[in-house]
Amino acid sequence: MLLMQERPEVDIDKLAMLSRIQLTEEEKAAFSGQLSDILGFFQKLQEVDVEGIAPMAHPFDAEAPLREDEAAEPWAPERALSNAPASRENQVIVPKVVEDA
Amino acid sequence: MGLDTRTIIDSSAFSLGKALLEKETSSREICQAFLEQVDKVDGDVGAFISIDPEKILQAADASDARRSAGELLSPLDGLPVAIKDLIAIEGEPLTCASQILKDFKSPYTGKVGSELLSAGLIPFGRLNMDEFAMGSSTENSSFKLTRNPWNLEHAPGGSSGGSAASVAARECPWSLGSDTGGSIRQPASFCGVVGLKPTYGRVSRFGLVAFASSLDQIGPVGRCIDDVAVLLDVISGHDPYDSTSWPNQLDAASLSLKVPVEPGTLGLPKEYFGEGIDPEIRKNMEEVIENYRSLGFEIKEISLPHTELAVPTYYIIATAEASSNLSRYDGVRYTHRSDKAKDAVDLFYQSRGEGFGQEVKRRVILGSYVLSSGFYDAYYKRAQQVRTLIRDDFLKAFKEVDAILTPTTPTPAFRIGEKTDDPLSMYLADIFTISVNLAGLPGLAMPSGIATSGLPMGFQLIGQPFEEGRLLQIGQAYEGAHPFTATPELIQ
Repeated sequence: MLLMQERPEVDIDKLAMLSRIQLTEEEKAAFSGQLSDILGFFQKLQEVDVEGIAPMAHPFDAEAPLREDEAAEPWAPERALSNAPASRENQVIVPKVVEDA
Repeated sequence: MGLDTRTIIDSSAFSLGKALLEKETSSREICQAFLEQVDKVDGDVGAFISIDPEKILQAADASDARRSAGELLSPLDGLPVAIKDLIAIEGEPLTCASQILKDFKSPYTGKVGSELLSAGLIPFGRLNMDEFAMGSSTENSSFKLTRNPWNLEHAPGGSSGGSAASVAARECPWSLGSDTGGSIRQPASFCGVVGLKPTYGRVSRFGLVAFASSLDQIGPVGRCIDDVAVLLDVISGHDPYDSTSWPNQLDAASLSLKVPVEPGTLGLPKEYFGEGIDPEIRKNMEEVIENYRSLGFEIKEISLPHTELAVPTYYIIATAEASSNLSRYDGVRYTHRSDKAKDAVDLFYQSRGEGFGQEVKRRVILGSYVLSSGFYDAYYKRAQQVRTLIRDDFLKAFKEVDAILTPTTPTPAFRIGEKTDDPLSMYLADIFTISVNLAGLPGLAMPSGIATSGLPMGFQLIGQPFEEGRLLQIGQAYEGAHPFTATPELIQ
């Protein structure tokens, strides 16, 4: 078991990067403290003996029946793009992703 | 034609349906009455993010035409139902109370939406909520505050605050909410209405915007058990588009209410009656227990020994799933897009930074932490193991009891602003409802009294998996003997 600190410090810049969220300096300061408090509260779980207990991903293990493999009408491009912030010729416009040669 | 506005807004959906069948009123008259009430009180209550009266009245006229032609889609044809703004219906907004989806209109109708429409029910506005259902007070909506109809200084609860407040304020006969950790039951309790979180898998999640996929369920809110049962039956059932939806036959909950109730055994988990419960709630619970005894129910103390682990377990699992689910809001395909982005990657950072509110950012980041390399086993995997222990506590208890009786919340509705600076204290507001989601069980919140502050109090019944019919029967036994008749001053 990992040795857990009582109030773990968090690397807020790394977490913002993993989450792909731009944070303001105020948010970074506030979240660092709050996340440490919350993670401290999570430490309660480290005291539990979970040896041999199966992890539960879903409440009921019903077999998921497969649908018939039937062709369905796809969405028209206009419908799929109806909420796109920028589009042209049935495609989403994004900023340039390749470097200039 | 004629029922007056007051009679209509005071009626249950069930009796409005009956009045429609007996041709005492029309769908237009019903919808108009509720639209008038929205006009009158929603400036104070703030339950709706958006509502389109013209579209609603058109749908009402279409229903009335079907009625004249004898082509009703179901006995409920023409009744309005208000919908939390995270359930997809084509052409309706679907904002999740978030800036990142503020202009989003749903291009498709999900399973629950299509069940409503094919029964002839009329979508009646989009209800306010905590952004992406993350919160317990509806204060995390990025659009507006919703106020508790019983006292406008108090929160309606959350995240389905609009769903509960709109029903309590007579702005709609019933509504749909969603419940991930108590988000139907806690606001129902705060607002003095009935709310049901169905068994996980009973209701399809196709068309429900995902927060924590292994916990989320859509469920009904109403003013009486009959209404909640009828609406549950409309939305229940297997759906090939949700692989976690239950493939086996379900009972018809509303039919179970038509037979005499056999009293059974109710379990009182001792862990739910410890410290931290408001004295008035405690006293009210004692009355509820006594009332059930006099109805012939046997009361038995039980133990759910892992209860104190439920809140941390929940917040690890829910934030982990949320951080994964919310990665789809990227500023590229259908969300708000920042105009400050320097390049393609910066587009993600800026759009999400601008589009998400504080609580959503906090939870996504927390989820990234518990899933990150080196911490996964210590947090996420361990939480899933503890989840098994929590579920097994319930399964063991159900060998001895038919249902479990607890308070729904430790206190009546708290004040607006009271908990907003302390996320951890807000998380603890869900302490009695969270385990039910972890175990996948059905939970019913019912009103049972008024505190001296004038705010409602209530209790929760937890049932066995897929036994909603029995759970609602037990609720109805109480309702029949002790009907909750108080109304907020706002609507008197």
